[in-house]
Amino acid sequence: MGKSILEVFLEYWPIFLKGLIGTLRYAFIAVFLGSILGALVAFLHLSKNKLLSSIAKIYVNVLRGTPLLVQMYIAYYFIPMAIPILNNVDVVYFVLLALILNSSAYVGEIIRGGINSIEKGQIEAARSLGMSNKNCMMKIVLPQAIKNILPALGNEYIAMIKETSLAGTFMLYELMYTRTLLANKYLIWQPLFIIAGIYLIVTLVLSSLVSLLEKRLRVSE
Amino acid sequence: MSENRIPLIETRNLYKRFGELNVLNGISETIYKGEVVTIIGPSGGGKSTFLRCLNLLEEPSSGEVIFEGNILDVNSTDLNKHRQKIGMVFQQFNVFPHLTVMDNITITPILEKKINKVEAEKRAKELLEMVGLEDKALEYPNKLSGGQKQRLAIVRALAMDPDVMLFDEPTSALDPEMVKGVLEVIQALAESGMTCVIVTHEMGFAKKVSDRVLFIDEGIVKESGNPIDFFENPQNPRTKEFLAQVMY
Ligand SMILES: Nc1ncnc2c1ncn2[C@@H]1O[C@H](COP(=O)(O)OP(=O)(O)OP(=O)(O)O)[C@@H](O)[C@H]1O
Ligand SMILES: [Mg+2]
Repeated sequence: MGKSILEVFLEYWPIFLKGLIGTLRYAFIAVFLGSILGALVAFLHLSKNKLLSSIAKIYVNVLRGTPLLVQMYIAYYFIPMAIPILNNVDVVYFVLLALILNSSAYVGEIIRGGINSIEKGQIEAARSLGMSNKNCMMKIVLPQAIKNILPALGNEYIAMIKETSLAGTFMLYELMYTRTLLANKYLIWQPLFIIAGIYLIVTLVLSSLVSLLEKRLRVSE
Repeated sequence: MSENRIPLIETRNLYKRFGELNVLNGISETIYKGEVVTIIGPSGGGKSTFLRCLNLLEEPSSGEVIFEGNILDVNSTDLNKHRQKIGMVFQQFNVFPHLTVMDNITITPILEKKINKVEAEKRAKELLEMVGLEDKALEYPNKLSGGQKQRLAIVRALAMDPDVMLFDEPTSALDPEMVKGVLEVIQALAESGMTCVIVTHEMGFAKKVSDRVLFIDEGIVKESGNPIDFFENPQNPRTKEFLAQVMY
């Protein structure tokens, strides 16, 4: 069996820490940039223009209907091949791009759902007062929708923390990648439990923060 | 009333279909300035749809709505300007839950009419006083009863200085003890000379406040007249049947 889990952790904790920081950072970048892109996707999806909304619908379906790992492989191999200028760009960016695009599809649906959850009567009241489309969206719909959107974004971040474990496959330094590093030192099973433990603690803590946020938002209603 | 009547809203041959369903089947009516018109009729007859066509919340399948001499057009940017002059009150209140009572009233005048905040709040206070909500200005709507929400919705519309107010069953979602307070507000408004179009199931109220009653059934105006003739001596067999059912 070799060393115990505790021994491995005490000896290599800086590696795990660095991995965790990588995980949190990649997940954050994916959800943050994914949100900006996702907002665009949501608005396209909701637009009255049939062509634009179909494009958004296809985009969402493709990204949600195929495994992230496949998307990462495509980004990793195909983009540098298809666009030769990008040959010298660090592969990290291609893998990250796959994460961002994937996240944007989920966030797009979160935002669309948040907007659609607002009662039709709210929009009718605003429009009957003569409020412009833009003000109705910015001052009436979005401020109410954000109460549904923010907690869901928190949950998306938690999901993304787990998803980024796939990026280790492409040598991105994140939590799962520490397994590869330590396997080189013939430590096979101990890191797996440590990694699982860290994921669990982080996701549990973040989940309770999200529930707290949810309660807060409900109180101010 | 009979001379010098100025048309405020006019519909010409208004038709509305929802898919296969013909809901409005050609309504041509004129609402005159200062007139109080109540609309009654059986459920599903098209009363709400007709009312919602007047500010184009519902886009007619064919026909025209003319407001103060302008043909309303959903694709025109002027529509918002016209809607500011057409207040609407809904059965479900539709107050904005994320805004205080005060902000519910002032947000649209400030955003769309560029009225400054101090001015808008001064006017809002007067309006709140008028409906007995002056001490609720800083509350959120979830602290209000149904009747208070509806009174808020009424003054929110009034804050835009409308030329006409549309009411779609303003008391139907209220607990019985709240109904009177809201009807009194509407009555006072009607008596102050505001042009009102009111869809209601409150026959006593309709009789009391209206200058004219419209009976809408199967998407057309089957009978129309002053309340005394209408209620005491209805002509159309459908009107008779309907009144027999709703009056004790
Ligand atoms: N958005 C819509 N889509 C499809 N059908 C609709 C829509 N709005 C109304 N209808 C239908 O049109 C018909 C007339 O509805 P409307 O709400 O105008 O009736 P109403 O006279 O106001 O009835 P009530 O007294 O019950 O409020 C009904 O059969 C209704 O189901
Ligand atoms: Mg109705």
